[in-house]
Amino acid sequence: MLNHKEIRSYFPILDQEINGHPLVYLDSAATAQKPRQVIEAIEHYYKTNNANVHRGVHTLGNRATDDYEGARDKVRKFINAASTKEIIFMRGTTTALNTVASGYGRQNIQEGDEIVITYMEHHSNIIPWQQLAKEKGAVLKYIDLEADGTISLEKVRATITAKTKIVSMMMVSNVLGTINPIKEVTKIAHENGAIMVVDAAQTAPHLVIDVQDLDCDFLAFSGHKMCAPTGIGVLYGKQTLLENMEPVEFGGEMIDFVGLYESTWKELPWKFEGGTPIIAGAIGLGAAIDFLEEIGLDNIAQHEHQLARYAMDELATIDGLTIFGPQDEMKRCGLVTFNLDDVHPHDVATVLDMNGIAVRAGHHCAQPLMKWLDVTATARASFYLYNNEEDIDALVKGLRVAKEYFNDVF
Amino acid sequence: MSFNNLDQLYRSVIMDHYKNPRNKGEIDEGAVTIDMNNPTCGDRIHLTLQVEDGIVKDAKFDGEGCSISMSSASMMTQIVKGKTVEEAEELADIFSKMMLGEEFDEDKYDLGDVEALQGVAKFPARIKCATLAWKAMEKGVKAE
Repeated sequence: MLNHKEIRSYFPILDQEINGHPLVYLDSAATAQKPRQVIEAIEHYYKTNNANVHRGVHTLGNRATDDYEGARDKVRKFINAASTKEIIFMRGTTTALNTVASGYGRQNIQEGDEIVITYMEHHSNIIPWQQLAKEKGAVLKYIDLEADGTISLEKVRATITAKTKIVSMMMVSNVLGTINPIKEVTKIAHENGAIMVVDAAQTAPHLVIDVQDLDCDFLAFSGHKMCAPTGIGVLYGKQTLLENMEPVEFGGEMIDFVGLYESTWKELPWKFEGGTPIIAGAIGLGAAIDFLEEIGLDNIAQHEHQLARYAMDELATIDGLTIFGPQDEMKRCGLVTFNLDDVHPHDVATVLDMNGIAVRAGHHCAQPLMKWLDVTATARASFYLYNNEEDIDALVKGLRVAKEYFNDVF
Repeated sequence: MSFNNLDQLYRSVIMDHYKNPRNKGEIDEGAVTIDMNNPTCGDRIHLTLQVEDGIVKDAKFDGEGCSISMSSASMMTQIVKGKTVEEAEELADIFSKMMLGEEFDEDKYDLGDVEALQGVAKFPARIKCATLAWKAMEKGVKAE
């Protein structure tokens, strides 16, 4: 059990009124709020240790380097990577997935090769592969979904073939909440000689990730969805793959020797970190990891499963409300996507906002999935460690207001 | 929870246009076609305009979206019919000013139902919903 009052007290932003009502923040899948611990770590860095890293000599530079590389080791432990050489700091999941597509992908994909993704992917795990497939004359294939918004291994086996070179899949869906069987899919990919890329943007904030157990080849996530600042994310890659992969950005920081016509790169992980790195962001991410680990990822996951169950049960009491994704809360993370009768999700979101409740409305950067669901948009309430059942009660009350309001005028 | 704030946005005339859209459909022949969408939310409009001798003779729309975007499209087709291309462009400009809360010549045109959308200006997140149809119309008359 999480100590709700104590956890709430760590998040200063939550203590405010929106449109005359206490803020109920149910949009953490878009971005999570930041605890004092993270805000203070960044402030401390800028107030006491700010300097550029890896330029030796002066004391501040050493402190900043220690803090930055210390954060890398925290990330390594957080996802149980074998070495810090496998941890590359990047802007976020989007940049990380693009780096794999344009680095590993361009070097290894040839005409006629297959790249396999699913219908539930976020645009950031679709478009880099579309572009790569177009450039190389490769074939982009989609794994179809089951009616409840899950993925069956039979369909995975039927889609991946000996021609498949890359399989890329989200571990947790940002719309359906579905937790995908990444370990099993990775095994199938490897049996067919393909590499496995994992979009863990919605996983890292909520579930324990063990890259060695998953055996995936690349894995990407963003800091800002897990209490860290925006602008910092991580690309994990197996050392052998990263060593053979060319950098996609060139400049300062990433070089070993620069000649007039030829240059060589630093060793891992720095060869992928061209330019002054995201130092404060990495330190903020390190602080977020400390914060989440102190509370315990397992405790957070359990809390969210409970909230998801409670939310699905309570939302089901509203006539005309449709919930998307698996009904079994253990197959999903802490978010619920829904539509209310004929009331457009934007209108739902505006009514909720007038009552202090923040939800997401729209296509959630997943237009192919919206098409699969046969809707143009949906509303989504997503939960994190600072939410509790009262927040869901407020949501349900707000939705009843929306329904009543729009029924009245119709 | 009170409905007062909501009533500023969802005026009854807006809900009437949403429920009973005017000029819904498509002009079959000789029309300018404009497809536009709002990539952040998925709202979509398919607008057809029949422009002859510099006058908008007919306007019809189809699409998907929230109450604000669809009612705004309905009102736009209503007001733009019979206007010259210049007047239509000017109306698009007036509507844009209305949404941004800027001043405009209120006496130049009888805005009719469109005035009900003034409240949208107080809901910044919804302005793009309201302006979609007008942007499509502006593009359409400019293309003529």
